[in-house]
This record gives sequence, C-alpha cells and structure tokens, in this order.
Amino acid sequence: MPPQLELVQPTFDLVLEQVHAIGKSVLAVHAGSVDRDARFPTESIDALREAGLLSAYVPTDFGGMGLNLSQIAKICEALGQYCGSSAMIYAMHKIQVACIVHHAHSSPWFQRYLGELVDEQRLIASATTELGVGGDLRSSLCAVEVEGDTFRLIKKAPVISYAEAADDILVTCRKSREAMASDQVQVLVRRGDYTAEPISGWDTMGFRGTCSSGFTLDAEGSREQILPTPFADILAHTMHPFSHVVWCSVWSGIAISAVVLARAFVRAEARKTPGETPLSAIRLAEVDCILQEMRHNVGGLTREYQQLLVDGEPEAFSDFGFSIRTNNLKISCSQVIVDIVSRALLICGIAGYRNDSSFSLSRHLRDAYGAALMVNNDRITKLNATMLMVHKEG
Amino acid sequence: MVGDTTAIREIVAQHGRLSVDARSLEFGSNLYLAGLTSLATVGVMLALEDHFNVEFPRSMLSRKTFESMESIADALRELLGNSSAPPETNVNCHAASA
Repeated sequence: MPPQLELVQPTFDLVLEQVHAIGKSVLAVHAGSVDRDARFPTESIDALREAGLLSAYVPTDFGGMGLNLSQIAKICEALGQYCGSSAMIYAMHKIQVACIVHHAHSSPWFQRYLGELVDEQRLIASATTELGVGGDLRSSLCAVEVEGDTFRLIKKAPVISYAEAADDILVTCRKSREAMASDQVQVLVRRGDYTAEPISGWDTMGFRGTCSSGFTLDAEGSREQILPTPFADILAHTMHPFSHVVWCSVWSGIAISAVVLARAFVRAEARKTPGETPLSAIRLAEVDCILQEMRHNVGGLTREYQQLLVDGEPEAFSDFGFSIRTNNLKISCSQVIVDIVSRALLICGIAGYRNDSSFSLSRHLRDAYGAALMVNNDRITKLNATMLMVHKEG
Repeated sequence: MVGDTTAIREIVAQHGRLSVDARSLEFGSNLYLAGLTSLATVGVMLALEDHFNVEFPRSMLSRKTFESMESIADALRELLGNSSAPPETNVNCHAASA
C-alpha cells in the first residue's frame, strides 16, 4: 500500500473551495432535473472531471492529486450538500479508485492504467452484487475464465450504478471456473471490451441520478486486468471501510444541506418578529446538535481508518472491532440522516413539503431513505450480531 | 496433542462452512483457502470454546489462529496449558481479558 500523503492544508483548502464552487454553480443547478428525470448528472461529473477530481485519490507519483482518505471524505460531504446523486456517484467511483491504488499499484498494467485514469479522468463503476447470491459480496457464481493471456467474464448484475456513463467497471467474480464461491478476484473491464445488456431499470424514490440499473455484462480483456490481490483482502482493507466512510460523508452532506435550509427558514421567520425567538429556532438548535453528533461519528471512524492505512499493518483490518465500528457507523448515519431531514422538514413546514418552494426537502428526504437500504441495515446488523458473540473490547 | 485432533476436525467440518469436507483436509492445510470466512470463524470458535471448556482471549481472535487446524490446536494447547491432558479433565481457563 503506498504511503498516504497529506496534501498540505492550505492547498487542500483551495481544492475544497473549488469543490464548493462547482457544487453551487453546477451540481445544485442540475440536481432538480437529475432527480426528476432519473438521469445521469452529466454536467456534474464533467465539471469534476474538468477539475481533475476523478483522480484526487491517485498518488502524485502517478499524476493524481494524492489526497488522503480524510480529504476525499470532505469532498464527498461537500458534494452531498448540492446533489445527493452526483455526490454518491463520486463516492462510488472513489471506492473503485481506492481498490486499485491500494491493491494493484505494484502491477505494471495498473500503473499504466492509473496514468490513463489521471489523463483521461476515467469514471469507474462497480459490479459486485450478482443475481442468485442474495446480495452477499463474499460469494460469486460467475468466474473469470483465463485462456492464454486473455480472459472472458459474464456476470448477471442486478445493480451497476451509472454503468452506461462509466468508462470502466470493476467486477467481482470467482478466480476460475473451478474456484469456490468465496475464492474471488476483481477484474477491471474496459468500455469497448464489454457489452452490457439491460435486465432492470432504475425508477426509485431517491438517488435517482445514480442510474443503478441491472445488466448482463459480457467482457473480455487481458489477464493483467485481474487485480493481483484476493478480493477477501481488498474488501477488508479497502472496499468495506472506504465505502462506509465516503457514503456516510455524502449523507452528512445531505443532512447539512437540510439543516442549512431549515436555518434559512428560521432566520426569515425571526426577521418577521424581531426580539422574539421563534419556536422553530428551538427545533433548529435540537437538529443542529444531532447533526454535530453525526459528523463527529463520521470523523472519528475516518481518522481511525486513516491511521490504519498509515500504519499499514494488514492484521488490523481483520480485527472484528474495526469491522463492527465500521458497520455501526453505516447503521447509525443511515438512520440519523432520516431523523435530521425529518426535523428540518418540521421546521420548514409546508414550505419544505412543497416541491415548488426554495425550501423543498422532498429530494433530501427521498435520498435519505435510501441510505439504510444500500447494503440493507438488517444484513449489517446481523453481521455485527454474529461478530459481537465473540468480540471482546480491548 | 490437545485432546484428540478428531474433535477439532469435526468442529471445523460442522461449523467452518468450508467448500470441502474438513475430514479430507491435511491438518496443516490453510482453512481460508478451503473457504473459511472470518464470519464462519465465529461458529468454529464458539464450538471450540464449548467443547474444550475454554475462552479465547482477544489476542487470539486473529486470522492467524484459525489459519489451519494445526494453528487451532496450537492455540488450544496454549489455553489449556497442558499438552497431554484430554479436554474432559481440563479446568476452565478463562482468559484475563474476558
């Protein structure tokens, strides 16, 4: 794993400023139509591309920005304040980038690929879940079939977010036709080398712009496109903790945005009755407290994971304690986001309930309900329940 | 040996959710390569604790402990503190961290 270089703070502040500027001038402008039409946020991703942000996590040696996990989390939180779908796409792309940066950077093929990712600002999607395995990431039916220097891979994936807009897709599968279901690898399949036959659409309550339809992927390519690390290790070191940190950061962003709207509403009310603290201001104080808890929760696990990455001790990632805390973060944030947006709605009242008001919280609330379902909280709680049977607090 | 190796083999076979029969594996075979997941180690550990009347301390809750039936036997030997006694006669050796 390459060392985590921290971009010096003043420079990162400028990056974050630019992210907010893109958020205001692009994401926020198109968020409504992306949501209404359930369309891919082309304008948002193009703007992030233009700013070189798709390779923000790629180390500077390969030409990327070399940002660390905490900084990526801050960017996700910032984007979440303007368009939940765009922010979630950015977060999901970053998870795939992290898998490659952490686990394939020693492979010459992937070193070249990281260079292309930087130059062309390629967008990477993910195909993990599979029809027939019931959402269990650690189990695959499909297998990569290697013959000579090439491979063939066919996967029926019920969900591949933004597949049609992606340049490449990272696919989990069994290591070979003979391998058992849990003996998995990840393969990067590239646009032009695969066909994606739609099997289901994406007309959902929220996160409508992620376009997470289902496809049958039929791909081929060079055997060098198979990541050299077993998927079990990639999941424990990177995909699991990285996903939960960046998802929760996006949800924090959505929650911040809801509270910002509520604050603006309260201020407008207060102006009408100077000298009196409106009841809604009390509600605002309450929700602000919950938002702070949520952000500190995300910050705490982000720092812990960041430190594990810096320490580079592989055993640390197989510790049940870290897995349990990571799962707890996801469960907690995915529930509290609904609470926060609901409280903001109570503050804004009918203005928040309307779709045609500048205080509308419709999209926030619909997005918020998705958080508990993307990797269902019940599944995660059951995993924690199992681990807690033997876990001992240190 | 820690009691009989048959008990360890039987527990791994019953609770390890391996994709092969643990009874057909070498005692030193890598269990993770045979399909053992970290979550399945929970069942194996609880069954071992019950059968051998021991408790695994936090320091032993690692991937390495469950790498093979051999490493499990090593861990049990350490917990039981007496390599020759059959499991039935061992006193309960609860770990300090419990």
